[in-house]
Amino acid sequence: MIEVKNMDKKYGTNKVLDNVSLKIERGKVTSFIGPNGAGKSTLLSIISRLMDKDSGQVFIDGKELEDWDTKELAKKISILKQFNHINIRLTVRDLVSFGRFPYCNGKLTEEDWQQVDEAIDYMKLKDIEYKYLDQLSGGQKQRAYIAMIIAQDTDYILLDEPLNNLDMKHSVEIMKTLRRLAEEKGKTVLIVIHDINFASCYSDHIVVLCKGKVVEKGGADDILREDLLEKVYELDFCIKDINNNKICLYY
Amino acid sequence: MKLKGKLLFLSIILLVLAALYLIWGLNPDNLDYALPRRVIKLISILMVGSCIAFSTTVFQTITNNRILTPSVLGLDSLYAFIQTFVVFLLGSTMLANLGGDINFILSAGLMVIFSVVLFKTFFSKEKRTVFSLLLFGVILGTFLQSLTTFMQVLMDPNEFFLVQNRMFASFNNINTDILYIAVLGTMVTLIYIFRYTRELDVVSLGRDSAISLGVDYASFVKRMFIVISILVSISTALVGPISFLGLIVVNINRQFLNTYKHKYLIPGSMLISSIMLLGGQLIAERIMNLKTPISIVINFIGGTYFIYLIFKEGRLS
Repeated sequence: MIEVKNMDKKYGTNKVLDNVSLKIERGKVTSFIGPNGAGKSTLLSIISRLMDKDSGQVFIDGKELEDWDTKELAKKISILKQFNHINIRLTVRDLVSFGRFPYCNGKLTEEDWQQVDEAIDYMKLKDIEYKYLDQLSGGQKQRAYIAMIIAQDTDYILLDEPLNNLDMKHSVEIMKTLRRLAEEKGKTVLIVIHDINFASCYSDHIVVLCKGKVVEKGGADDILREDLLEKVYELDFCIKDINNNKICLYY
Repeated sequence: MKLKGKLLFLSIILLVLAALYLIWGLNPDNLDYALPRRVIKLISILMVGSCIAFSTTVFQTITNNRILTPSVLGLDSLYAFIQTFVVFLLGSTMLANLGGDINFILSAGLMVIFSVVLFKTFFSKEKRTVFSLLLFGVILGTFLQSLTTFMQVLMDPNEFFLVQNRMFASFNNINTDILYIAVLGTMVTLIYIFRYTRELDVVSLGRDSAISLGVDYASFVKRMFIVISILVSISTALVGPISFLGLIVVNINRQFLNTYKHKYLIPGSMLISSIMLLGGQLIAERIMNLKTPISIVINFIGGTYFIYLIFKEGRLS
C-alpha cells in the first residue's frame, strides 16, 4: 500500500501540494484528475522519489520512502513521465531490457530475457522489436516504454499522462492494458489523466485534486457529479449514464 | 561479435600508427637519443587522447547532450588562471621551484573542488537540469579568462612567455614531470569507471528513467563530475587545453559503433581519440616539419565537423 501523509510542496512561494493525505489500495487502477497546476504530476513525482517533498511522509508497504534502498525500491515502484526524449539510438528490445536493470545490474540472465520477451509480447511489440525508437510513431513508442515498465515487474506502476498525444484507438489500447495489469497481475496502477471519461470507464478509484488539495476521492459514481466537477474545472458539465459508465459532456 | 571486431580494427590502426611513429626516420646514429623521447611522447599522446575521449563521453552521457564538452564547465580556464596566478604572484622561479607534480596536484585539486562546488550549488533535486550549471560554468570560465588576460598584460614579458608556453596545446612541450602521476591517475579512474558502464547506459535514458530504474542519480552524477575534472586536469596539465578534440572524437565514435553501451563506447572513443592525436602529430611533426601546431590541425577538423553537426541537427528537426 502507498500512503501519503500531510504532504506539502512549494515551488518558490507557490504552494502546489497543500497538506495532502492519501491511501492507495493495492491491485487497483487509481486515476488522478484535476485542472492544470493542481499538483497531480508533482504528487506522482514525489511518491516515486523523482522530487523531494517539503514536509510530510510517504510510506510504501509500510516503510518510509527515505528508508528504502534505491535499488530495492526500483523493484517495487516504477514511473513513466510525460516527456521521454532520449538522445541515443535504441531498439525497442534494448529499451525493454533496461527494465531488468534493478534485478541484474545490466547483466541479463536467461530468466531476465524471458521477462523481456514476455513484456514485449504483452504489449504486442514482437513485430517491431528490432526497430529503432526514432523510427516509431508516438503510440508505438509509448507502448515500448510501458513494456519496459512491465519488464521492471514492480508492484506499483505510476504513469504521468500515458495518453498524451495518442489517438483514441491507442488510448483505449493502453487503458485496457493497464486494467489487465491490475486484474491479471495484481499490479497497483496510478495514472495522471486529463480525459475524465477515460478515468471514469477504466479506473477503480478516482482522486480529484485542485489547487494542491484533495477535493474528493472515490469510485466513478462518487466523482462524476455535476456539482463537484463544475466547481473544480469551472465549466458546465452534463453527465449521462451510457452502458453503465458515467460519461460527461463539457464541450 | 560485430562491435568487438570494430574495436579490434581500431586497435590495429592505433598499433600501426604507434609503430610508424616510433620507427619512422630512426637510424643507428639517433637511436639512443630519439627512441626514449618518442616513447615518452607516445605515452603522453595516448594518455591525453584517452583522458579527453573518456571525459567527453561521460560528460555527454550525464548531460544528455551530444554537442557539449567538459570545457564548457570552465575547467581549462581555471587551469590557465591558476598557472598565471602563481607566476603573477610568486614569479616564474617559484613555479619552477614548486616542481611539476606539486603544481599538478594543486591544480587538479583546485579543479576538482571547483567542480564539486559548482555541482553542489547548481545541481540539486529541485534544479533538475544541468543547464544552469553549464551556464554558470561558461560565465565563470569567461570571467577567469578575463582575469588571466588582465594578469598576463601586467606581467613581465619573460614570465608571460613562460605562462604562454603552458597555455597552448603542444606535444613538443610535454610536461614530462607529471607523466607518472598522469598515467597512474588515468589508470585508477579508468578502473573505477569501468565498474559503472552499465549505470552510464541507464543514465543515458535520462534522469527520470534512471531514478525509476534504481540509479542513485544525484550521487552518481556527482562522482562522474569529479572523475571528469580529474581527467581534464590530467590532459590539460600534460599538454594544455585541446577543447575540440573530444567533440569530434565522441561523435565519430557514436556514429561508427552505433551502440548505446558504454562498455564499447568508452574504449572506442579512447582508441579513435588516440588515433586522431597520433595521426595529427605524425602529420604535424613529420610531414609539416613542425610548421603547423597540432592544435591547428585538430581545431580545423573539429570546427568543420562541428558546423556539419549543426547543419545536420537543423535538417532533422
